[in-house]
Amino acid sequence: MKILVVCGNGLGSSFMMELTIKKALLELSKEAEVTHTDLTSVTSEKADIYIGAGDIVDQLDNGVRKIVRVVNMMSIPEIKGKLAPLL
Amino acid sequence: MLDVMMNDILGTPAILVGLFALVGLLIQKKSASTVLSGTLKTIMGFVILGAGAAVLIGSLTHFSKMFDHAFQVQGVIPNNEAIVAAAQTTFGTSTALIMVFGMVMNLLLARFTPLKYIFLTGHHTLFMACLIAASLSVGGMSGAPLIIFGSILLGLCMVIFPAILQPTVRQITGNNDFAVGHFGSIGYYVSAKIGQLFGNKAKSTEAIAVPKSLGFLRDTSVAISLTMSLFFIVVALFAGRSYIEAQLSGGSNFIVFAIIQAITFAAGVYIILAGVRMLIAEIIPAFKGIADKLVPNAKPALDCPTIFPFAPNAVIIGFLFSFLAGLLSMFALPLIGLKVIVPGLVPHFFTGAAAGVFGNATGGRIGSMAGAFANGIIISFIPAILLIFMGDIGYEGTTFGDSDFGIVGIIIINILKLFGAV
Repeated sequence: MKILVVCGNGLGSSFMMELTIKKALLELSKEAEVTHTDLTSVTSEKADIYIGAGDIVDQLDNGVRKIVRVVNMMSIPEIKGKLAPLL
Repeated sequence: MLDVMMNDILGTPAILVGLFALVGLLIQKKSASTVLSGTLKTIMGFVILGAGAAVLIGSLTHFSKMFDHAFQVQGVIPNNEAIVAAAQTTFGTSTALIMVFGMVMNLLLARFTPLKYIFLTGHHTLFMACLIAASLSVGGMSGAPLIIFGSILLGLCMVIFPAILQPTVRQITGNNDFAVGHFGSIGYYVSAKIGQLFGNKAKSTEAIAVPKSLGFLRDTSVAISLTMSLFFIVVALFAGRSYIEAQLSGGSNFIVFAIIQAITFAAGVYIILAGVRMLIAEIIPAFKGIADKLVPNAKPALDCPTIFPFAPNAVIIGFLFSFLAGLLSMFALPLIGLKVIVPGLVPHFFTGAAAGVFGNATGGRIGSMAGAFANGIIISFIPAILLIFMGDIGYEGTTFGDSDFGIVGIIIINILKLFGAV
């Protein structure tokens, strides 16, 4: 299982979300590889789940990819709630 | 032996940051393989940064020559990645030292003062460390005092800027979970004040329909390629075919040359971003881990896009109005004798969008538009004023973009001048 976190630059907000997701996974006692990247690189990187702010990940939605849209990137409950059904 | 230690090991910024990562990983008691790969990747990140700078500066040099030939005035493209990467040959060691001891100062300030913020936007910490190193050096400082003063200043920036934004951040997010740690704070603060004074927060941007089609501009590489192509082509047309084909392109068509140079610029930024990503990947989690233990009730101060999902329409509106102000400023700057600041989509997107979100929180649509417009003026004029004081730094045709870098730089240099250090 690989989870890819995406933001515009692949530097700040995706990195922080990655740390939140890792905590959420720990609380769900699930294991997955989590990394972060920018919108340009994401097209050449395969993952099982793509996660990010709505307007960012909407651009990745091709009907096949599993997409998760996050509002509060620091909220473990929100991320747990949205990720759990997909794991 | 001591000479090798001091000059070649500690004097090589790449090795220095690698050592910091090593210590961070050892403190966290990571496995031997993680320590080894983390340390190597951090060093490689710094090396990649330098490689990207070489690509970027090649393209910038062409742009400057064309701009100069066309308009007889110097055009500057503010880009944090470019200026920081370019400055590493001169300020690499002091930047790395100020960055790490600045983070220590941040921990101490958060532990012992009411300003309980931990600044986690690693690339901005790096950029601010470089700006402070350069400004103190222009002001006449060097050696240990430069590192000590620089680290204290950086630590202060890392808690004060998030603190001034926090009241509005609470309004935006509806909770007190996190703070905004991004050195465009002055622009956001002004935007929130303008919204408060002139706007009406009941009329939120989120109640209007905004086309989603501009979303692709959130892809940094696409945004840079696009704007730089436009600017390169316009400047190439003014510089003239004969000049470019004879002097710069080695005979190849001037428009094709302009487009390739624009995309080369974007490629340079992409390489630098990849380097910065590797560079901060080990340092920031270590910093956060230590902070969680040392300052348990501290708030993480995060990169500005973390607030974008709370007002997506304000993001688009903010970007448009900031960029508009940037374009107008470009024509106004030479009239008052300042260098021309070419507006970049990236600084206007990130800081303009954030200013739009702040303005919306205090003043709705009007706040979002007027606040972001004010931000656009700030990030055009402040870099131009900073260039007056920076002397030779900035000769590469680039400078620091976001508002706080300019403000902090201008204040540092002028205070040092006042005390006669220059």
